[in-house]
Amino acid sequence: MYGMVSGMSADTLIIEQVNKIFQAPTGNVMALKGIDLRVRKGEFITLIGPSGCGKSTLLKIVAGLDTSYEGNVLLNDKPVSGPSIEKGFIFQEPRLFPWLTVEKNIAGNLSLKQAAVRKKVDEFIELVRLQGFEKAYPRELSGGMAQRVAIARALLRNPDVLLLDEPFGALDAFTRSHMQEVLLDIWQNNRTTMLFVTHDLDEAVFLGERVVIMNPRPGHIRSILPIDLPFPRKRTGSSFQELRTKVLREFEKVEEPEFDTGAGI
Amino acid sequence: MKSEIAARKAAGQDWLRAVPGPLHAWLVPIAIVALWQIAGGLGWISATLLPTPLTIAKQFVSLGLSGELWEHFQISILRALSGFVLGGLTGLALGLSTGLGKMAERTLDPSLQMLRTVPLLSLIPLFILWFGIGEFSKILMISLGAFFPMYVNTFLGIRSVDVKLYDVSRIFQYSKLQLVIRLIIPAALPNILLGIRLSLGVSWLVLVVAEMMGTSAGIGYMIQDARAYSQTDIVFVGIIIFAIVGKLSDSVVRLLESKLLRWRETYKG
Repeated sequence: MYGMVSGMSADTLIIEQVNKIFQAPTGNVMALKGIDLRVRKGEFITLIGPSGCGKSTLLKIVAGLDTSYEGNVLLNDKPVSGPSIEKGFIFQEPRLFPWLTVEKNIAGNLSLKQAAVRKKVDEFIELVRLQGFEKAYPRELSGGMAQRVAIARALLRNPDVLLLDEPFGALDAFTRSHMQEVLLDIWQNNRTTMLFVTHDLDEAVFLGERVVIMNPRPGHIRSILPIDLPFPRKRTGSSFQELRTKVLREFEKVEEPEFDTGAGI
Repeated sequence: MKSEIAARKAAGQDWLRAVPGPLHAWLVPIAIVALWQIAGGLGWISATLLPTPLTIAKQFVSLGLSGELWEHFQISILRALSGFVLGGLTGLALGLSTGLGKMAERTLDPSLQMLRTVPLLSLIPLFILWFGIGEFSKILMISLGAFFPMYVNTFLGIRSVDVKLYDVSRIFQYSKLQLVIRLIIPAALPNILLGIRLSLGVSWLVLVVAEMMGTSAGIGYMIQDARAYSQTDIVFVGIIIFAIVGKLSDSVVRLLESKLLRWRETYKG
């Protein structure tokens, strides 16, 4: 749980020398160059960088949604060849099926008529604190509630790793910090391995056990900083602020840091 | 001053308030029918060109009581429905296959789009030459009319499925069948229902044309026959039947829409 203590558990996710080239009419663009990252089981990693640094692209590669790249991505020692339930994915927008109620969205292609599924769906509805909204349609939910449904839907499949692509980027500040706490709660209960992409410095430091800092042109990992603070963290604490400054300084070493909403999808 | 205006306004609306709300839409038609009856009764309009509403109503009742109307009606409904079901189902099936499969789209869709541009009614002489003026020819024409709205809208519905939701179904490893049943069809349903509505409308239209081109039964025949004998009141009875059934079938699909598309969030005016 704290920082760089390794060897306790095997690496769940291994990313080795991943390069990604986008082919454009104006010439090829190197989106990712020499990405190396090993994520331990149950670890919470945040990935931060300015827009265009390839963090979303990297997440899509890990998810198996993008399969044209060089290098190796291994999940539990098996190469990733396509999307699957082992790699849960939370998009920036909730992406719920509008014609299904909350409970049916969470169940997805599983049948609520099966007692085991029913029980699990109810458990996860409770976990994301949505009791009373089981029969609501997505249009009746607020942005934060809808994103909680998406999180429940992904966690129900018991993924080996949960990939989150700026999941709280579209939420207002209050809802966002609440959602961060909800997510930490879930993580501490379930110990799901998390790979969380963000462009929000506070969010990266608040959530991550390690913060991976990426830079653009071409997208590469600049540094990986352990955040040795116990949970729950206090944003106003002096050690939090120190670490936040440390991360910020990493960016200041580069010319013209552009913080911006990410490229999204 | 202010209250005076309000009072006058209230007085102006008073007569409207005396009428129950659901009847508001009927005020104008009732007024027109009343005027029509008065004008006809006073002999201002020729009874052969425009019989009074009362004459039409009497004719309606007598045709209904003699069983003649019911006979024609049954035949017409049977033709329209079988044509609609045949054409609609074919349109749905082909729309699904071209919508889902690239191969079907490339091979089938261009020909269908080409056929679609041919005005249906110009094919009538050909249909008569090939299939005569029997039931088969009529039902085939109706189904051809019903086919295209269903086909085009089903295809459109499938192709407007959100690719973002498709990504979700890939991550959750939906099988091909689950993908179709749980994502594509529900997402395409608004368009499919629109296709059904348009198809029903066209079926009804082609039915009238088919029944007028030569037959010995059906509401269209009844109209054509009455015209030949200048029985204008019977022509009106036929038109009214067409209007009522057309409206009813549309309402059924609308009801279906409001049930099946409850989840939709749209501008409701």
